[in-house]
Amino acid sequence: MAKLELKNLRKHFDHNVIPVKDVSVNVNDGEFLTLLGPSGCGKSTLLRMIAGLDQPTQGQVILGGEDLTNIPPGKRNMAMVFQSYALYPHMTVSENISTSLKLRKVDSIEIEKRVNDVSNRLGIQHLLERKPGQLSGGQRQRVALARALVRNPDVFLLDEPLSNLDALLREQVRADLKQLFESQQKPVVYVTHDQTEAMTLSSKIAVLYDGYLQQLASPSEIYMQPANRFVAGFVGSPQMNLLTLDCQENQAILGEFSLTLPYLPTSPKAVVFGIRPEDVSLGEEADGDIVEGQVYLMEDLGKEKLLSVRINGSEQTLRAVIPADQLWESEQVKLSLSRKQMHWFDLESGDRLN
Amino acid sequence: MERQEKLTGWILIAPALLILGFVFIYPIGRAFWLSLFTNNLGTQLEPIFSGLANYQRLIGDGRFWQTMWNTSVFTIISIFLELVIGMGIALVLNQAFFGRGFVRTSSLIPWALPTAVMGLAWAWIFNDQYGVVNDILTRLGFIDSQITWLGDPTRAMSAMIIADVWKTTPFIAIILLAGLQSISSDLYEAHAIDGANQWQSFWQITIPLVMPQIIIALLFRFAQAFGIFDLVQVMTGGGPGGATETVSIYIYATVRRYLDFGYGASLVVVTFLLLILAVAIAAFFLSRTRVNVMGGK
Amino acid sequence: MTVANQSSETDKTSPINWGRILLWIGVILTIIFCLAPVLWQLLTSLKTNESISTIPNVYFPSLDQLTFQHYQSLGWHFLRYVFNSALVSLTSTLLCLGVGAPAAYTLTRLKIPGENVILGFVLIISLFPYVLLFLGLLEIVKFMGLGNNYIALIIPYTAINLPLTILVLRSFFQQLPKDLEDSAKIDGYGTVGMLLQIVVPMTIPALVTTGILTFIFAWNEFIFALTFITREEMYTIPVAVAQIGGASIFEIPYGPIAAATVTGTIPLVILVLMFQRRIVQGITAGAVKG
Repeated sequence: MAKLELKNLRKHFDHNVIPVKDVSVNVNDGEFLTLLGPSGCGKSTLLRMIAGLDQPTQGQVILGGEDLTNIPPGKRNMAMVFQSYALYPHMTVSENISTSLKLRKVDSIEIEKRVNDVSNRLGIQHLLERKPGQLSGGQRQRVALARALVRNPDVFLLDEPLSNLDALLREQVRADLKQLFESQQKPVVYVTHDQTEAMTLSSKIAVLYDGYLQQLASPSEIYMQPANRFVAGFVGSPQMNLLTLDCQENQAILGEFSLTLPYLPTSPKAVVFGIRPEDVSLGEEADGDIVEGQVYLMEDLGKEKLLSVRINGSEQTLRAVIPADQLWESEQVKLSLSRKQMHWFDLESGDRLN
Repeated sequence: MERQEKLTGWILIAPALLILGFVFIYPIGRAFWLSLFTNNLGTQLEPIFSGLANYQRLIGDGRFWQTMWNTSVFTIISIFLELVIGMGIALVLNQAFFGRGFVRTSSLIPWALPTAVMGLAWAWIFNDQYGVVNDILTRLGFIDSQITWLGDPTRAMSAMIIADVWKTTPFIAIILLAGLQSISSDLYEAHAIDGANQWQSFWQITIPLVMPQIIIALLFRFAQAFGIFDLVQVMTGGGPGGATETVSIYIYATVRRYLDFGYGASLVVVTFLLLILAVAIAAFFLSRTRVNVMGGK
Repeated sequence: MTVANQSSETDKTSPINWGRILLWIGVILTIIFCLAPVLWQLLTSLKTNESISTIPNVYFPSLDQLTFQHYQSLGWHFLRYVFNSALVSLTSTLLCLGVGAPAAYTLTRLKIPGENVILGFVLIISLFPYVLLFLGLLEIVKFMGLGNNYIALIIPYTAINLPLTILVLRSFFQQLPKDLEDSAKIDGYGTVGMLLQIVVPMTIPALVTTGILTFIFAWNEFIFALTFITREEMYTIPVAVAQIGGASIFEIPYGPIAAATVTGTIPLVILVLMFQRRIVQGITAGAVKG
């Protein structure tokens, strides 16, 4: 079956707007690739180039070894689910689903069978004669999915399909989506700015920022070993603590305290230090470096508490996630920073150092 | 693929451009050309090239300048009245009240009826013997004897202005209404909390924010009023004694009655150029007030 | 709870709501302003010649002052003019929509060079007074022998309505979600198929709205109709009504004119009554975008 390759894609509109600068990614059968990034990072443009809705200024889109550059979107055998679902308002649900098959001159008995299969699978068989205007948001989304599934395409493309659903529904649909596409065994390219969706659904995440690929890896690697400062700060909630610290030889100075830098080819003047709030604990741990500071804010997250602590001797803050029932005596507390979970980034390039 | 898109685009837009060019561009171009000839079917059969002779005649043509004056007076007064009354109507329609739909429908009627047809109705209303205006004025005791409206220069112009204001005000009102409705009520509330009364709110919030609509309406109305033909032809014919003759009436008479094509063409050219000039000036002011009109102009 | 209710009730009744009173005065003045001349013509059309020329005017005629004679004097023949107007207006409207919609679509979705120039061009020509055009067009009409031919009106009417049509439809297309067209492309529709099967069905409301406006403008047009059609049985309504008054200054038949006014404008009034909301939408879209 087909393999999707993106080679050095670049897209440049007039007025010096370059949403995609240079991106190369491969997606194999059975892989679920998420394009993750903040708005304006180029992920939607990238998806549109894969679909053929926009032409790359440079670079190629290759499917199963075939260069798709001159092939119009309708002939790429890809199916796309839009953020707004894009259901044709003047057609019934069943017409919406079957229209692409009719255009490909699939015979009507086969069309009927496929439409029925897909609607049963998604639980919308009772809605077939209705028009989109008569459906709820969740139902419309399922129709959009059905329309994509019925095509049996080589690649699935999804553009933020969950963002128009309310929070509760989103969780449920997320789980359904995962199961649905696992059984399809085709490459899936999924665009979102929501990291939870990216983490739970994907086999591979491509973090994009400013038109460039920041990191391409599995969800756990992205989380545990972010390749640069941007990825570190973007993935993970509550956000990773990122502090710019001055250095003296092989020590980074944090207020009254110092942390030992990892082995580096040159001694930098300053460095960016990262540690996730959940890797900062109250009290003294054996595998952690100790710092002290003043608690100035406590946020109750329900299952945990988020403390903001100003480190003694500096204006810098560290946030720590502690269990809900943990107490502390005074405002001056000791924090233990787990040595294994420290991340170091170069001040200028943002690249990972350790 | 983008090349194909461009081709499709041109194919789709070509018929429109052809028709527009044919009906709008060609006649103006032709008028420029014709104006260089003396071509009066009343006095000679063959057109003779005469260069700018027609324009020389035009400059000395008192009747032409008189019509320019008439047209300008008519335009300026009409537009002013239409803006003021139109704003009033727009303010009324902006409120929610029972029967608003009916009021809106009635306000569309003047705009929807043919100017020429209603011009006759207004001639009747201003009729000196049996007209409603004189009737009401007499009943209210303002006058003793009947006023000849259409027979008196100033009064005829006033009658025409009133008729035109009647026809066009609703249109202006709707455009202003659109502008009014786009102003969020938050702004008025904040202004009221700051201590402003309704009159101040009107001048400090409403007018500035509706200014784009006002200017657009002004621009279109100006061009339209300048070319006014239907109403004048039907109500006064340009009389009495040319007092209400507008530029378009003069051009029409020159061509149809006097069969003076060459001169008529030069009138067309001059009017056209003056109009473009006026529009350019107005557009300049438009950009000065930094109105966010779409980028085409 | 009851204390709160009480105070809100007293607020409504104590100070006189000047705002509301002003509003109602405004409403009544507006209605009178807009409808009075029309209603007067309606009344005149039903009055006998004697009661028309009575001083002081008769505002509430008694039954013996009413008659249908003016309508009868128009005769069935008058409907011929209604037919002419309807034919010309309808044809030019359809042509205008058929030519204007693709043009508007191109200006919105497809990138062609000189887009802004074309738009500016369309805007500027919508300002031309028709009198400037009639000379050149008259020549063409004579040259091609199209005098007293419906085409002589249909083509110009299509042209004068195109700018508004293009602007209104363009503003409509700008609001149409692009997703639907993208989805159609991915489903496999070719450009023509997409336009006809996806875009057009969704555009129908806007086409109706614009069509109503162009129909009204075409119906009311005067100068071209006056100039290009001289044969009486081909007159459109505005010209026909104006010609009724042609006899002599001293014997202007006000009754028949009024009757002709009413008959000739009923179709328009009906349109306004039925489509009032749409008409306002159309005017607003055209003007706001302009």
